[in-house]
Amino acid sequence: MNIKINGETKDLGDLDSQTPLLWVLRDELNLVGTKYGCGISQCGACTILVDNVAVKSCSYPVASVGNAEVTTIEGLAGLNGELNAVQKAWVDLDVAQCGYCQSGQVMAAEALLRENPNPSDEEIDQAMATNICRCGTYVRIREAIKTAATQLATEAGGDAR
Amino acid sequence: MTSLNYDNIDDIVEAITSGREILNEVGAPLRITKLDRRQFLKMTGAVGGGLMLSFSAPKAFASKNASTFQPNGYVKIDESGIVLYAKNPEIGQGVKTSLPMIVAEELDANWEDVTVEQSSIDQAAYGMQFAGGSTAIPMNWMALRRAGATARSMLVEAAAKRWNVSVDSLATESSQVIHASSGRHAMYLELANEAAAVDVPNADTVTLKDAKDFRILGKRVTGVDNDGLVRGEPLFGIDQTVPGMKYAVFQKCDAIGGDVKSANLDEIKGMPGIHDAFVLEGNGSVRELLPGVAIVADSTWAAIKAKRALKIEWEETDASTDSWSHAMNEAERLRHESGPRVVDNGNVDTAFETSVKQASGFYRYAFASHAQLEPQNCTASFKDGKLELWAPTQTPGSAIMSAAKIVGIQPTNVTLHQKRCGGGFGRRLYNDFVCEAAAIAKRVGVPVKLQWTREDDMAYDWYRAGGFHQMHGSVDENGKISGWRDRFITFTNDGNRPVSGGGISPSVFPGGLLENVRVEQTALEWKNRCAAWRAPGSNVFAFVVGSFLHELAHTAGRDHLDVLLEVLGEPRQMGPRGMHTGRAAGVVKLAAEKAGWGRDLEPGRGMGVAFYYSHAGHIAEVADVSVSDDKKVKVHKVTVAADVGPIVNLSGAENQVQGSVIDGLSTMFNLAVSFENGRVQQNNFDKYSMLRMPSAPDIDVHFVKSDYAPTGLGEPAFPPLAPAVYNAIFEATGLRARTMPISEEGFSLA
Repeated sequence: MNIKINGETKDLGDLDSQTPLLWVLRDELNLVGTKYGCGISQCGACTILVDNVAVKSCSYPVASVGNAEVTTIEGLAGLNGELNAVQKAWVDLDVAQCGYCQSGQVMAAEALLRENPNPSDEEIDQAMATNICRCGTYVRIREAIKTAATQLATEAGGDAR
Repeated sequence: MTSLNYDNIDDIVEAITSGREILNEVGAPLRITKLDRRQFLKMTGAVGGGLMLSFSAPKAFASKNASTFQPNGYVKIDESGIVLYAKNPEIGQGVKTSLPMIVAEELDANWEDVTVEQSSIDQAAYGMQFAGGSTAIPMNWMALRRAGATARSMLVEAAAKRWNVSVDSLATESSQVIHASSGRHAMYLELANEAAAVDVPNADTVTLKDAKDFRILGKRVTGVDNDGLVRGEPLFGIDQTVPGMKYAVFQKCDAIGGDVKSANLDEIKGMPGIHDAFVLEGNGSVRELLPGVAIVADSTWAAIKAKRALKIEWEETDASTDSWSHAMNEAERLRHESGPRVVDNGNVDTAFETSVKQASGFYRYAFASHAQLEPQNCTASFKDGKLELWAPTQTPGSAIMSAAKIVGIQPTNVTLHQKRCGGGFGRRLYNDFVCEAAAIAKRVGVPVKLQWTREDDMAYDWYRAGGFHQMHGSVDENGKISGWRDRFITFTNDGNRPVSGGGISPSVFPGGLLENVRVEQTALEWKNRCAAWRAPGSNVFAFVVGSFLHELAHTAGRDHLDVLLEVLGEPRQMGPRGMHTGRAAGVVKLAAEKAGWGRDLEPGRGMGVAFYYSHAGHIAEVADVSVSDDKKVKVHKVTVAADVGPIVNLSGAENQVQGSVIDGLSTMFNLAVSFENGRVQQNNFDKYSMLRMPSAPDIDVHFVKSDYAPTGLGEPAFPPLAPAVYNAIFEATGLRARTMPISEEGFSLA
């Protein structure tokens, strides 16, 4: 079985095709930025992108990926290591406390902004309701998404809102 | 016959987490007590391996390399850069950033020039290393300042020798030594060689900065791991891999105290990807190793699948039969009977008899789970009589002691690598998961990563104890609170002492401030483990006393703010570990002013205020809420005023307060675990519903910049939230809720 991930194709050998993508990432591909939190799609710590759509990898069999392109937190930065707009906003606004949920939060935010580059507060809240932050950094996550949206709009030469 | 053993580590954890035992390293204005010698020996002996060393002065390091300048455990400078070591576990409270900031300040280094690394576990160099009780800042403030200043003074001396000038003619700034009169300057990196040859001065004699000259402290600094976090780097315990590692899971009895009678081990061993499966006997200590079945596999998923296929017959003769519904029935009976008195000041009976008005209410709060987002895990390797551990633990010293005991070696043969913790909240004060990993690694002879599932995590937690309070109070003809009685019903594991976090202190607010006070305490037998949960004790008592104060204010027909300030009274220090009523009144007034207390609100909207003192922090919170007819609560804003002395990292401090408010709301609205037949009834997040972003209110944080020495912020902003919101809901609706979580009274977050 092959899988397209972060711009590369990986051979997974004869892996059990029903293995949740989460454990394939963590144990087989050593992409441990994607986290295990609940295993039942409740917390969003395992959020990744499959063809730009946020997916809970803990409940997503690897076989379901097919030819789609998987993006994990490790695949967001530029080739030269430069952080993307969402990552940068997360660092600049010091969003994290323990940080365990944050790769999932960043991926959920990334999915939101890829689909809707200029979300309203309510759209942000609804899109991010899939992800739990046990430390309670929601106020900062909201701000960081707005900051990233502004940054992306500036880069695109447009107006943020 | 298994008997549950709650040994004396409870005492130590209690001492650490109560926030009362903050070592006096901080100087005059802050009144924190020294541990007495008996406690001191006990704590250092148990937590750190029996070495008796000073907490204050870091031991001088002998540099291994002549070109490396390493005057103590916190600073290392060589030509490649400045490394500062963070000594304590990072659990989200921000100490991996804030503690090195203190060193960098006195070192006079540019923060941008500094690299922070997690330190080793080394009591000789660092004293106690743990995360608990919001103690990292107060316990380390002076030691870290001296560590930085020591390094700075040696760099200055090295420059003085190089340039043959007096030390007094030199200054430091931005990671360099400057000789202003000649215009010469040298980077610290260039001086490392020569500084390494300078005698290490007595840390108690080095000159410290005046606070007005601080360049780093009080500023907003982003966390040192933030870059790695957003890149998905392997920072956490769960991310650890070692060569040849296998993946392990461990199934225990869902009713604590149960033992393995038989299991389908052969069937499990025949499953794909399974390396081994075996029964581990417990060691008799509930905090170390409970009996169960271990499965070792080639991948986490193979292990989890095999765990699901396990068929275990349990011997439950001595297992827990804890029942929350039974406890509620018992409490309903006991609330009508007087219990043993913890406090009996003045004459409560007379106060009640002579009062003009009285009020009473029966308060109840459920058990709660820590639900730290990273499930317990530990990687262990046992080879040639030595044990190596990679563990996300809040008490690494204690983990070493316990794990050494489990595998039968000396603690000196254990190496523990501190890993970033995906939340702690008190759960990782206990190292049962470390003991299990050590036992499994020894048995299979290859390195293993033990992974608890979320279901394990919720089934084998050390829960925040539930409790019940029958409150009764009175007001006199002036509307002043004249009598206060708290009939508290808690839980006990040993039939004697209340469970950790479930014992009421004689000084519990506002008892120490009132004339006629009685607190009674009765404990129900309980087998499940209970322990510290963010702001232990305070996290529930604040809800009860903060709400009942409001009930009495309402009974008196007075404004709650006025009554609260009247109770606090004249500015004074309430005993060596107590609050300062002046600081308390200061934050109450500030929060009220910033929130616009007293302004007219539309029907269905209300404001509530609460104050609580815990972990040496004085915090007041005002909640502004609207409640709909169907009891949906919209929390518009929470205004917080905090006096924890000077702020170390403004960004981190605000984050802790914001997070405490969210955690407080989450807990008061929805979080409960219940027990039947000894088993937890909520086994994953679908039944334990933490707050999500749409319910997060605006949070307005204000710090009083007092001259007191700085204290911690991981916990004290949590307790006042619940009573502030309960009181606001009453103001909005006239409905007095006395159950936590409040969802059990039909309220929900909008």
